[in-house]
Amino acid sequence: MNPLRRIGRAALAFLNGTGHFVLFMARAVSHCVRPPFYPRQVIRQLIDIGYYSLPVVGLTTLFTGMVLALQSYSSFADVGAETAIATIVVLAVTRELAPVLAGLMVAGRIGASMAAEIGTMRVTEQIDALTTLSTNPFKYLVVPRIVAGTLMLPCLVLVGDIIGIFGGFLIGVYKLGFNPGTFIASSWDALETIGVISGLVKAAAFGFTIAIMGCYHGYQSRGGAQGVGAATTNAVVSASILILVLNYVITELFFSR
Amino acid sequence: MSAAAATDPAGRPAMIALEDVHKAFGPKRVLNGLDLTIGRGESVVVIGGSGTGKSVMMKNVLGLLEPDRGRIMVDGRETTHLHGNERVQLMQRFGMLFQGAALFDSLPVWQNVAFGLIQGRHLDRPAAKAIALDKLGAVGLGAEVGELFPSELSGGMQKRVALARAIATEPEIIFFDEPTTGLDPIMGDVINDLIVKCVRELGATALSITHDMASARKIADRIAMIHEGRIIWAGPVDQVDDSGNPFVDQFINGRAEGPIRMQVRSL
Repeated sequence: MNPLRRIGRAALAFLNGTGHFVLFMARAVSHCVRPPFYPRQVIRQLIDIGYYSLPVVGLTTLFTGMVLALQSYSSFADVGAETAIATIVVLAVTRELAPVLAGLMVAGRIGASMAAEIGTMRVTEQIDALTTLSTNPFKYLVVPRIVAGTLMLPCLVLVGDIIGIFGGFLIGVYKLGFNPGTFIASSWDALETIGVISGLVKAAAFGFTIAIMGCYHGYQSRGGAQGVGAATTNAVVSASILILVLNYVITELFFSR
Repeated sequence: MSAAAATDPAGRPAMIALEDVHKAFGPKRVLNGLDLTIGRGESVVVIGGSGTGKSVMMKNVLGLLEPDRGRIMVDGRETTHLHGNERVQLMQRFGMLFQGAALFDSLPVWQNVAFGLIQGRHLDRPAAKAIALDKLGAVGLGAEVGELFPSELSGGMQKRVALARAIATEPEIIFFDEPTTGLDPIMGDVINDLIVKCVRELGATALSITHDMASARKIADRIAMIHEGRIIWAGPVDQVDDSGNPFVDQFINGRAEGPIRMQVRSL
């Protein structure tokens, strides 16, 4: 085939896909503010996304805080190590690591399950059945997931912030032999509102991204088990990449001078 | 088709009328000027081979697909391009039995049956559950089945639950998509009897698609045959054996030789 034609075809397919996605997102968001609402579905998703992701997010941020303290000690072993390490742990965890790592872990856990569940519902005609039972599938399936994702990720990240800093404290006090009082005081001093807020804003954006990607790819899936498998992969990969891109964009918005 | 043809003897509009409906997926033309009229309280069965457009026709009426051309009328009102709340309202008049049952596997059986009552009609849950258990009884399933999940049921039981769900809101119009496919002949006949009983009790208008002739003969008042995206014959069920149409004859007798050629490559 003519290479120009191939490029043209790929470009058209990309634009077509982007247009589809933007329309899907606009439709989903518009349904978020128009009744009827399904509070039972929202609560189910809040529990699924928030409560059941706690162990994963907790473990991830705990070890991240611990490894941060350990790594930075090797660089700042001389003067003022206590203050430097506490500052590094607090800033890195609240600004970057808790939101990004929690986002990536939840993308794997929740994005995949959303795409698989909605994709299976699509290929087994359950989504068509919703329509014939006078229920808008957008309102019943997509909206609760988006609302729950956007609300729960900041909560998870807040918990992750605390556990991550606690991880740094554990290593600082029990392995590196710092004074616990000094370490806590230094951590408290290093804590800044803008860092925590930016982390929570990121988390909300990541939660929205994970949910919309899971729903979109699930909703579009075609062709049985293979289609659902592809939808799951696409949901996780696209959400993970978007999380990293959005992380840069939001950091730029908050911290560039 | 003229507007006059789409009314019954009392001058009321037909319950469902498809007029010159076209639908293509890319280069593949599936519906090719399909006309079909279903009278009030009538049970029409559309027969035809796989891939002739039966399911696509049904999905166009339900609004799951939108025709490229043509009109779809429900009770005299054009519904071809209805969306949003208007579509949701219209769907309250419909019940649908899907080929694969399409039960919600995250919900227990009674909630599946009560779904249209709770979400569509906003009934409170205890009242909806009572109706759901009643409907399960009507399809021969006990109250204990209501607490099970769809994955715990056999294929025949799933079909019966799906039938209970389709009739739970007592709709005016019920669609049956291949109701007996994948069932043994006895269970197929049980489902056929249940369909006839339910449709009769509700006085509903029914549209079924199938390639099971035993099922078609039992359910139908009128049979229509679809071939290459249009209706090539329609008539009362007792005339189907003397239709004089070679396509219909080949289909109902299940012959490989005839005007319908299957795309089979020689080995």
